Amino acid sequence: MRAGEPALPRWAWLPAAGGAVLVLLPLAALVAEVPWRDFAGLVTSDSARVALGLSLRTAVASTVLCVLLGTPMALVLARSSFRGLPLLRAAVLLPLVLPPVVAGIALLATFGRRGLLGHVLEVAGVQVAFSTLAVVLAQTFVALPFLVTSLEGALRTAGRRYETVAASLGASPTRVLLRVTLPLVLPGLFSGAVLAFARALGEFGATITFAGSLQGVTRTLPLEIYLQREVDPDAAVALSVLLMAVAVVVIVVARRDRSGL
Amino acid sequence: MTARPVRSEAVLVEANVAARDVALALRIEPGETVALLGPNGSGKSTLLGVIAGTLRDDSSRVAVGERALTGATTWVAPHERGIGLLAQDPLLFPHLSVLANVGFGPRSEGARRAAAAEAARTWLARVGCTDLAARKPAQLSGGQAQRVALARALAAEPAVLLLDEPLAALDVDTRPAMRQLLREVLRDRTAVIAIHDVLDALLLADRVVVLESGRVVEDGPTAEVLTRPRSAFAARVAGLNLLAGRWASGVLVGERSVAGRSHDGLVEGGEAVAAFRPSAVSVYRRAPDGSPRNAWPVTVDALEPQGDQVRVRAGDLSALVTPQAVAELDLAPGAPAVFVVKAAEVELYPR
Repeated sequence: MRAGEPALPRWAWLPAAGGAVLVLLPLAALVAEVPWRDFAGLVTSDSARVALGLSLRTAVASTVLCVLLGTPMALVLARSSFRGLPLLRAAVLLPLVLPPVVAGIALLATFGRRGLLGHVLEVAGVQVAFSTLAVVLAQTFVALPFLVTSLEGALRTAGRRYETVAASLGASPTRVLLRVTLPLVLPGLFSGAVLAFARALGEFGATITFAGSLQGVTRTLPLEIYLQREVDPDAAVALSVLLMAVAVVVIVVARRDRSGL
Repeated sequence: MTARPVRSEAVLVEANVAARDVALALRIEPGETVALLGPNGSGKSTLLGVIAGTLRDDSSRVAVGERALTGATTWVAPHERGIGLLAQDPLLFPHLSVLANVGFGPRSEGARRAAAAEAARTWLARVGCTDLAARKPAQLSGGQAQRVALARALAAEPAVLLLDEPLAALDVDTRPAMRQLLREVLRDRTAVIAIHDVLDALLLADRVVVLESGRVVEDGPTAEVLTRPRSAFAARVAGLNLLAGRWASGVLVGERSVAGRSHDGLVEGGEAVAAFRPSAVSVYRRAPDGSPRNAWPVTVDALEPQGDQVRVRAGDLSALVTPQAVAELDLAPGAPAVFVVKAAEVELYPR
């Protein structure tokens, strides 16, 4: 607190501390539960390594997909105006509030064997559901709004003044976008991508519904943890801590680049 | 890459923006610099926006030379207009070096990297910022940034340059040099400059257009509008005293000899102009004691109330005094008087 600024009422610290405890205590309990003697063995078991590898690969693929699709979406939302734009914005945010299992069922209805597009794809010899591609689609579906909202906010904050100047210098809309707009919002794009990556890494409900749980194909680390919980609780705890460690690294990386997420 | 006219062109603009209650028409001659004066909300920014193509309104018309840019069925996108912008804020691209900022226009026109860098260096030299080429905008002072922004706008070789309060954000120390630089580059360019300082208008513009409530209320040669304003707004901000002559041995010699604060660019024997505000003029019945350097015997022509003061007109000069002073001095048309101005209140410029 700096001198001269109005002080926060002291009672506000109490609920704030309560909230912090609610978040931190379970994490501490989780770490306390870890059988540290067997930790190395548990997190390097074949099934764990396969699941972690699959998780990282699919999360990276989903993040790339989010950037490729989400960047133009954020641009349209931030830079254009047409009837139905508010509706579109609300629709884009829907996956944020939708229960992931519902997302999984919706994806099945689209890409499943008898789904809207799945039927056509099936005829073409492509089966999406219960494949690694399905994992990537499920993760992209739930992670996309994180990137879009983060980038749209950055675009609005950046404003249009630099773009106006660039156009006055003869730059075409494409050149303005690539040389001025995107470089200016790069930090926002980066933190949006980090958030999307984190969300994709933790994705469970949509994945298990739409992609199933085939080892090496669709069984990502969260699914592996869920399964291990039944047969080997120690392994589940160890893998949970591993996933938590990855999440912490992601947050630290994102924060180092931009203090306000 | 589209071929575009680069040298001075005439500009024809009819701005009709009903939403902002703006309806004005203007013709700017090739090579002419027009200053827009007017209170906030009078339509200056709207006019500039209509010309630049950042404001689109179907009932407006803009043409540069023979080329129609805005019309009922015509719309040329901002980046194809060849109209340069310089705002109060330099708005240099923060992620690019100074050299890349200035080379941005040529690159956008399809110039190769080396050619764009060459052009950028030429323009940086023109504004005296050669040594800043490698810096990032964050490492520049306000004055330097505005010079670089000017170089960037000019490097795109616009047919018309629009300037929106280009000196407003600069501090008193950097303002005169930037003003002098603008004076040089605007000399034979078609330009429109929104401005609030009448002395800036005096130095930079050939013509002054006064806007009020989205209409043109006054339009004429700079010296005429600033010395004999007809519109209420111009009278309030301007009504300057201007005396022309030649610069000789540290004073302006003309019909009267005038001492004052000299600005850059004055040359011995060259044409010069002295400017001072009517409120800086003291009026006496007889020459005061001592020997003030600027004391001119005059004959009062007219007394005009202006707000709670009185404008005393005498030939091409005017003074702003209180009604009490008028009474005490017994001023009336035909009466002799002496106008006295401190040299520190007089600005001397090259013409």
